[in-house]
Order: sequence, then structure tokens, then C-alpha cells
Amino acid sequence: MSDPNPNLEAAAAMATTVPQAAALGFSMVSAGDARGVMHVPWREDLTADVEGGSLASGVVTSIIDHCCGMAITAARQQRLPTATLDLRIDFLRPPAPRSGVSVEAHCYAMTGAVAFVRAHAWDNDPADPIATAQAAFMLSGAPAPGTGAAG
Amino acid sequence: MTREDQLQAFLARSPYLRFLGMTAELAGDEVTGVLPFSPHLIGNTLLPSLHGGVLGAFLETTALAQLTLTQPADRKPRTLDITIEYLRPGRPMTTFARADLRKVGRRVANVQVEAWQEARSQPVAALRGHFTLAED
Repeated sequence: MSDPNPNLEAAAAMATTVPQAAALGFSMVSAGDARGVMHVPWREDLTADVEGGSLASGVVTSIIDHCCGMAITAARQQRLPTATLDLRIDFLRPPAPRSGVSVEAHCYAMTGAVAFVRAHAWDNDPADPIATAQAAFMLSGAPAPGTGAAG
Repeated sequence: MTREDQLQAFLARSPYLRFLGMTAELAGDEVTGVLPFSPHLIGNTLLPSLHGGVLGAFLETTALAQLTLTQPADRKPRTLDITIEYLRPGRPMTTFARADLRKVGRRVANVQVEAWQEARSQPVAALRGHFTLAED
């Protein structure tokens, strides 16, 4: 599906210009309509243990957090800073050995100050997820709770 | 195997933990996770601040390390679910974390973890999670 959305470039940049995202090898698959899809390829130095050969859960946490941010960028039509308030992840099973991981995130609601995002991650089949997630983000320009949490 | 050996073996088993650069220290049976700052951990270049995923992974690993040290070797913990609360931006400096085993049951453990930087009383992030303790 082609998407004339002007935020596509901003979303694509998010996948590569952030140091942690670049270090893990994230790439944007698609962005638009308050959704984002990202992928991280398998790499041996990112595995939980050499014998098992599955990507570590920390890699899954990072790409889910990042992809949620990309879905918000897609929903807001521009890249503005966000601060994660909370992120819940259910790890259904480890990724298959030597498999990359893809994530789709959907920013399904936005109030003035907060964006709500759901995401799921899979290795080979989107219908057979390895993890599901739910997150809330503070949007920039709005006062963040707590001392110094504003982006 | 001493607890220190167990802890070092736990850290050495994971290539991903080497990628993070995470280490840990032991005081009796209590683990303190240590995450030295490194530029590749940055998630926001404007602030700059640590990536939310990095803090989450660090908290989760501290919980797993604490469970590994206090449970028999055949009860290898696996992460079931985590809720990460972000309290303050993670500044580009060393981060510490300690885990509190709230309930260790027959099959599942409930663990709370807190991470801080300059002051223990000013946590940057916290985690609540469930971990399965299945036999290998």
C-alpha cells in the first residue's frame, strides 16, 4: 500500500538515526495511519545465549518501545519527542533460533498529553506472536508527571 | 560454585549482555546490576538519555540474575511478563539496579526492580515482572 504521508521520512529516520536503534540494526518496514512496522535482523551478538540462538528479550523490549514511538510519529504526522510512561510486555515464547523479529505498533488513542499504543512482535508469522505489549507515552509540550521527566 | 562464580557465569552466558556492557556486583546474596554508560545505549540524542528498551532490559536482567543466584540451578528463570515504569530520563552515566523477590512460588516468581543513577532515592525506572521457574 503506498502512503503519501509526509511523516514517512521522519519515521524512517527514527529507525536509523537513534544510536541504540542503529546499534541493534533496526529498519522501518512501513509507517502510516497511526501504525508502524519495524524489523530487527538476527545477529549472534544479540542472542540470549549461544546454545539457544534466540534473540534476547532485551532486544524485543527495545524494538517494541521504539516501534511504539514510530506509531506515535505516524499518528501525529511529525516527529516530536515522546517520553515512555509505562510499557507492559507479555513474552509468549522466545523467538525461533536464528530468526529476526518484526513488530507492529498501533497508536489507537491520543488525549492532549498522552498517547496509548498497542504492539505485537513475531518471528515468522504475524498471527503467531512471540510478544504483545501495551504502553502509554507523554507527548512533548505537555507537562510530564514527576520531577524532570519532560522530554 | 560460589555465588560470585554463579553470577559471572550468568553474565558470561549471554552475548546480548556483552553488547549492553552490563556487569553486576554481589553483597552477600544481593545482586546490584551495573550498566556503565556507552554511546550506543542512547535513545534520545537531544537530552541525551538512555533508550527505554535498554533500561527495561537492564531491569529485567537484574531480576533474572537475582533469581538465578537464589534458586536451585534446575529452576532456570524465564521472563513471563514485565511492566516497566519510566520515572526520570536515564542520563548518560552509570546506572545501578537492585531486585526485590516479592514472592517466589513453585512455578512463578513476582519480582520488583528499581534502577537509579546518582541517588538511590531518585529512581530513573522501575519494573514489576513475573518469571517462570520451570525445570530445564
